[in-house]
Amino acid sequence: MYDTIGIWVGAFFTLAIYSFLYKENPVYRLAEHLVVGISLGYTMVLIYNSVILPKLLEPIFAGNHLILIIPGLLGLLYITRFIPSIAWLSRYPIAFIMGTAMGVAFPLTMKAYVLRQLEAAMVPLYSSGMPWYEVFGNIVMIFGTLAALIYFFFSKPHKGLFFGTGSKIGIWVIMLGFGATFGFTVMGRISLLIGRIQYLLGDWLHLIE
Amino acid sequence: MKRTVPLMIVMVGGILMMVQYFIPHQYSQVILDNYVEWAPIVGAFALILGVGSLTRLHTHKIRRKAKNWQYSWAVLIPLFGMPFFALIVPQSLGGGSEVHGVHDFLFMHIQVPIQSTMFSLLAFYIASAAFRAFRAKSALATILLLAAVIVMLGQVPIGDVLGKWLPNTGLWILRYPNLAAKRAIMLGVGFGMLATNLKIIFGVERNWLGGAGK
Repeated sequence: MYDTIGIWVGAFFTLAIYSFLYKENPVYRLAEHLVVGISLGYTMVLIYNSVILPKLLEPIFAGNHLILIIPGLLGLLYITRFIPSIAWLSRYPIAFIMGTAMGVAFPLTMKAYVLRQLEAAMVPLYSSGMPWYEVFGNIVMIFGTLAALIYFFFSKPHKGLFFGTGSKIGIWVIMLGFGATFGFTVMGRISLLIGRIQYLLGDWLHLIE
Repeated sequence: MKRTVPLMIVMVGGILMMVQYFIPHQYSQVILDNYVEWAPIVGAFALILGVGSLTRLHTHKIRRKAKNWQYSWAVLIPLFGMPFFALIVPQSLGGGSEVHGVHDFLFMHIQVPIQSTMFSLLAFYIASAAFRAFRAKSALATILLLAAVIVMLGQVPIGDVLGKWLPNTGLWILRYPNLAAKRAIMLGVGFGMLATNLKIIFGVERNWLGGAGK
């Protein structure tokens, strides 16, 4: 019974969203508003069950981590945002999160976005037994990365052999990359569409296995 | 107090957390452990801002009977219904352990179908965008079109039927030129993030302070 009602409700809202393809309508608007409320309500439950209860309330009430009252009070300062005369106090928790997050992120960003990427780009162009398309691929990858970087370098005019030709090759590589990414995204969306159609025709209407 | 102290908190916190990464000492580890313990707690309270703002917006709409005010109930009821059914009356709908509560029902049978349908809806819009973007008007647009078509055909069974070269070429495009473009973009994003991090830590970028209380 639970499952049957669930599938009917799910099918109703699936069709409600697809009705937008014709034009915006009250059923679509209802679904749109419901999803906002449910997702935020779900997040509240999730945050309470995974952070507030186990990491704050339980240790404090157990009496062995009273120091956690400090981040608790700091967090509560967010509420002052709703009281205009002391709204500036809400900057304190934001500053704590902002500062520490920036500090933690700095070396990690340097590692993941810069050093690892440079390291991965430094591959031998050829080693024995490597098929031709891999050798060609390595050449494209190394010089393509350099060319695309030149394209994004705006401190010099894109003229001459290095900057001019480099940026021209760069835009070709970028277009190839964008095309591939677009194709990949289209396939992802299409597979989601197939999933929804399977849900409607299979789970709901039992027309397909 | 209003601006200088928050800026100092950002600077001290930022430098401390940045430096602790490079100092493998037990005190450094204690700082990191405390941060890992404290940050989610402080961050979790930010949700109050989101919930408060959304509630205020929709109660205002209902009170003023603004345009489409009826839909505001569709936001507010599940917003507070979810925690009510999850935390206060989490009884299962059928009484058994297999059958879940109302909040699970709302999530599994309303939230999940709506979200995945919304994403799948993009298939239609992305197709119309493709029609506009993929017209082979110039050499660059042709490259974009070819790359997308080869990657798409390479991932479906018909690509295999048309020729083994198609999936292989699609894979090659994804592995080499696509990677080169992504890597260059990633390096740019990385340097941008590093610069922004430093600007925030040293107080050059102050937009996050907002206008609260000036």
